[in-house]
Amino acid sequence: MTTELTMGPLLFHWPAETKRDFWFRVADEAPVETVYLGEAVCSKREPFFNPHIEEVSERLTRAGKRVVWSSLAQVVTAIDRRASTGIAEFETADIEANDASLLPLLHRKPHRIGQYLNVYNEATITHLASNGAYHFSLQPELPAETISRLTEAAEAAGATTEVQVFGRVTLALSARCYHARAHGRTKDNCLFVCENDADGMELQTRSHHKFLAINGIQTLSHRYLELSAEIPALVAMGVAALRLSPHSLDMTAVARAYRQLLDGRISADETFARLAELGMPQPVMNGFFHRKPGYLHVGAQPELS
Amino acid sequence: MNTQAITPNAKPELVCPAGTPAALRAAVDSGADAVYCGLANETNARNFAGLNFTPDLLEQGIAYARGRGTKVLLAVNSFATAPRTQLWFDAVDTAARLGVDAVIVADIGVASYAAEHHPQLRLHLSVQAGASSPEAIRYYCSEFNVKRVVLPRILTVTEIAAIHREIPCEIEAFVFGNIGMMSEGRCSLTNYVTGTSTNMDGVCSPANAVHYMDLPDGSKTAGLGDFEIDCFAAGEHAGYPTICKGRYLSPVRKEPYYAFEEPVSLNLSSLLPDLIAAGVTALKIEGRQRSRSYVQAVVSAYRRAVDDIAAGRWHDLSGLVALTEGGKETQGAFQTKKWR
Repeated sequence: MTTELTMGPLLFHWPAETKRDFWFRVADEAPVETVYLGEAVCSKREPFFNPHIEEVSERLTRAGKRVVWSSLAQVVTAIDRRASTGIAEFETADIEANDASLLPLLHRKPHRIGQYLNVYNEATITHLASNGAYHFSLQPELPAETISRLTEAAEAAGATTEVQVFGRVTLALSARCYHARAHGRTKDNCLFVCENDADGMELQTRSHHKFLAINGIQTLSHRYLELSAEIPALVAMGVAALRLSPHSLDMTAVARAYRQLLDGRISADETFARLAELGMPQPVMNGFFHRKPGYLHVGAQPELS
Repeated sequence: MNTQAITPNAKPELVCPAGTPAALRAAVDSGADAVYCGLANETNARNFAGLNFTPDLLEQGIAYARGRGTKVLLAVNSFATAPRTQLWFDAVDTAARLGVDAVIVADIGVASYAAEHHPQLRLHLSVQAGASSPEAIRYYCSEFNVKRVVLPRILTVTEIAAIHREIPCEIEAFVFGNIGMMSEGRCSLTNYVTGTSTNMDGVCSPANAVHYMDLPDGSKTAGLGDFEIDCFAAGEHAGYPTICKGRYLSPVRKEPYYAFEEPVSLNLSSLLPDLIAAGVTALKIEGRQRSRSYVQAVVSAYRRAVDDIAAGRWHDLSGLVALTEGGKETQGAFQTKKWR
């Protein structure tokens, strides 16, 4: 079984045309098998991209990519509920549920479970699989041993797993919009200030250490997750898909680097060097996988000449 | 659907924290209708050194509470994590064996285990499940026969009333205590910084990772792991370094600011009649990590308030401000959407 690469969902509020062109380029050039469309962070952003969604999904499908609709990670308001339940109405859509709100609507229909829905043990996998889940995108905070156990449990239930290997990691969600708060606004009158930060708004500690990144209601790691050195272990565990979380650097080139690593054509060190050349911020993190503080990088970081 | 009419003066159940046997007795003696506890391990979301119960102590606590007409709920509300899953199942078995009045669960795997192996055991859905929509709550009710949902602290009273009309179970709401800013059950900030996880280990901002440092100018920094969470001027109260209550620098602010929330406590005493009218039938006080005397003061005050409201009398809980974090209180998300 070959390990897939997947891209998305795009977490940041890029201008609609930028987003459209991004997905066009993924369709035309990126060596990924599956893409996750859909707004996972904020239902207020959704209308901006709606005019383009059909052409984007058509182009991706024509290019042979499997298109999955990723649902809102947190459902609170009436608009959230409409956005969340709305996608379940498409009978043929492949849906990734990021919140329990969708579970009753997907009952007995084949669907995916996203990384925002808490899956930490075998019994949860078994239960959700009996509800129709066939693919689980796992939480970024899980250590290797847990990923391995969950992948076994998924296999036993006829399902597969996916692990994020690149990009900032979601650490928290909130009902409050911290982007709006930083600008002295509230979620209702935010004026979409999150559009200013293509990779999130950076927060530093008072002693100027880079710490976190804000994306609307979402709090992300400041550091980028980069698991090229761990990919052989993930593949050996039977993880079926590796997720690249989109950022403003050249994601097509990022995907190519990981593809070549998976194909055995370049080493993990070479992959890292490629990513660094593309502008991936450093240092990167891999601590969660090793059951260490998530922001840490365990193991030698390759020397870059 | 919930067909029962909302009767404004129905007396809600007062659900109180019991982090230790002493706090349990204090809560019971101060008028708690129910107390909630955890076992001394990772299976609950307040897994702190010196807190919580062995099965034996829990058994004694149940006997004490029962003798005085108070229910005991066991929080098994962190997320069972492979390969340690059995620890959470054992906690559910213990709860069933000791005959607690309900188990508070967050994890689908734990709920599924309890429903299958102990169908008589009453289940409450923990705030840690983050079930914020009627669809999500109905899922837990239909799949696991959950009888009560503890609502996330992110909803307005109006939204709670709307949810009440669309779900088949009881509603419990937090009314007093610490207010986390992040959606419950969906925060790995502590794991990012310290390597122990809120969901997997039941720990938020663990004390062993906390450090304070005095600076030459008289100010004091409060850190967690390798990160500075806040810095306090000389004479300013140095708070506990919880990541979501720290002050940070942002490119769009000139000064360090509370990027998430100030260190404040939730106090919904003035909204109690509205909550009751919205369909809330159980009021929860946070604070299993708090002292016996704190529990006694807060529970007694809320006992009087609930009794006053039920009797149609004016109630006054202004004295509780002194017990809130940094002496500051908030109605959080409950009063207005502007909080968001």
